[in-house]
Amino acid sequence: MNATFRRLQQAPWIWSFIGAGAVWLATIAFTRGLGAGEIVTAALSFACFTVIVGTGQMLVITTGPGNVDLSIPATITLCGTVAMKVMDEQNGMIIVGIVAALAAGAVVGALNYGLIRFLRIPPIIATLSMSFLVQSSAIAYNRGIRIKPPSALDAFTTGETLGVPWIAVLTILFSVAVGVVVGRSYYGRAISAIGQNARAAWLANIPVERFRFLTYVASAMLSAICGILLAGFSGGPALDMGAEYLLGSIAVVVIGGTSVAGGRASVPGIWGAALFMFLLVTMLNTFGASAGIRLVATGLIIIAVIAIAGGEKEAR
Amino acid sequence: MTAAALLNRDLLRRALPGITLAILLVAIFVKQPMAMSQFGLTLIFQYAVPIALATIAQMFVIAVNDLDLSIGAFVGLVTCIAGLYLPTQPLLGIFLLLLCIAAYAAIGALIHLRNLPSIVVTLGMSFVWAGLAVLLLPTPGGKAPDWLHGLMNLKVPMIPFPIIAALVIAVLVQAALMHSSYGVVLRGTGGNPKAVARAGWSLLKTKMVMFGLAGTFGVLSGLSLIGLTSAADAHIADRYTLYSIAGVILGGGAFIGGIVSPAGAVLGALTLASAGWLLGFLHISPDWQIGAQGAILIVVLTLRALISRGAVR
Repeated sequence: MNATFRRLQQAPWIWSFIGAGAVWLATIAFTRGLGAGEIVTAALSFACFTVIVGTGQMLVITTGPGNVDLSIPATITLCGTVAMKVMDEQNGMIIVGIVAALAAGAVVGALNYGLIRFLRIPPIIATLSMSFLVQSSAIAYNRGIRIKPPSALDAFTTGETLGVPWIAVLTILFSVAVGVVVGRSYYGRAISAIGQNARAAWLANIPVERFRFLTYVASAMLSAICGILLAGFSGGPALDMGAEYLLGSIAVVVIGGTSVAGGRASVPGIWGAALFMFLLVTMLNTFGASAGIRLVATGLIIIAVIAIAGGEKEAR
Repeated sequence: MTAAALLNRDLLRRALPGITLAILLVAIFVKQPMAMSQFGLTLIFQYAVPIALATIAQMFVIAVNDLDLSIGAFVGLVTCIAGLYLPTQPLLGIFLLLLCIAAYAAIGALIHLRNLPSIVVTLGMSFVWAGLAVLLLPTPGGKAPDWLHGLMNLKVPMIPFPIIAALVIAVLVQAALMHSSYGVVLRGTGGNPKAVARAGWSLLKTKMVMFGLAGTFGVLSGLSLIGLTSAADAHIADRYTLYSIAGVILGGGAFIGGIVSPAGAVLGALTLASAGWLLGFLHISPDWQIGAQGAILIVVLTLRALISRGAVR
């Protein structure tokens, strides 16, 4: 018993899976088992989008206190729009569209970093200002027209085998890869080191600024991928498609056990937290809660989770 | 570098919020001379008062090294409470508004006691406020109490009312926070918390006071907003979160170290409130309205960085 408890303390991300499981059980207990499988399928699909941007946010947050990417929602919207416009409903243009969206994402990430590095703007303000510009670009570029995704992209993003969405399989593979990169590669060890003490990392000859640059670019490019998939999944880009991922991306990182003060990343926790967040809303819907109750409950539960998990001890 | 030049740089940095607003106003007057009248200025700064109050609320939170991502939703909730209860059941309305302020202080306590990231807590709270507002008022409605409507549409000879109101807010908060001894302690909580704690002040208390002040000014912002619109809406102030952060930063606030300027924050809010009009007069599509605010923010921060970099050399 004691050993189990100690292991739980060492891997805080297990809690997010326990929470997701509990919420799912409560839901199917209410429906008497009806739709239990469908709920899991939907949760896997929707969790993918949160996991992808959450991973980018996790990398950014890991690079140290104060680092956060608030431009994720706007970047999702812009890149989803760019992808669909370039693809222009033709299957032959899908690759070109993906490349264009990734390029747009990379530019946003590079500009974010530029503001932080060269103008010494705190990351929160830098990414926030950038998100204003990116959101406006998306509005001006989109012109309120909803372009449908090419049929192949639509089929891919909504495809599933035996109740397992294809994008979920790919995203799980992606998470495993990120887990290896964060845990074992030079880059992963380096960003943890930077997050724990940037000056010590610099003295240890870690190219701090190059890795910070890469991290912000990676976060924005992951937002771009999320934008492409989301636009394909939901039948076209919408101007508010990224809005829910401001809270979403930060919440899954925090609930998933990544240290908000930086220096410690947790990849599996992002999955648990993303499933938990989606299943929570599903549960409230199933219970017949109104939109207002749903919002209040979501907010309170997020606050409760981090309040219980607690912040970091200051001394280090 | 001579002392005089250093002083000039410092002066320049302090004057930057005012210079920014002045440039913007001159540009507006050049494009549209009609704006240079009491009516024109009243129109341009119509929503300046609620934005300025929300910005001051945000400033209190930023001063203690936190960020409030829920102020927009909170102001929306306040308009709903005010619109529903103040005209018919004023006592219940006032009680609920006081409860809101207490909740804000409690959030400050929670953030301090558990050492939580304010971004996550306030993002969560933004859902709570928005949810409560939707529960109270599912569709826009309600009515501003007459005295509030009258106050916000006050006609003063010569000077437009929003400017007088903004001036009063700036002077009062500036005096209280920057020139009082307890104001120094409050700002010290952001600047050097350890020193404040060692000097015997309770950090829990100062944090609760600052968040409570933020809640108070959030309530004032909501009241002034419904006085202008005369109808309440849960989502009426969603943009205020971004406006308020941008306003504080434009006004010379730094994100760390308890460095804020109430007068600057009000100037920053006025700048943001009038920026949209300049775009309109320049025939720039409203699509770029948010983007222009981002651009102004970046330009001002660039200028500030250039000024400080010179000072360091």
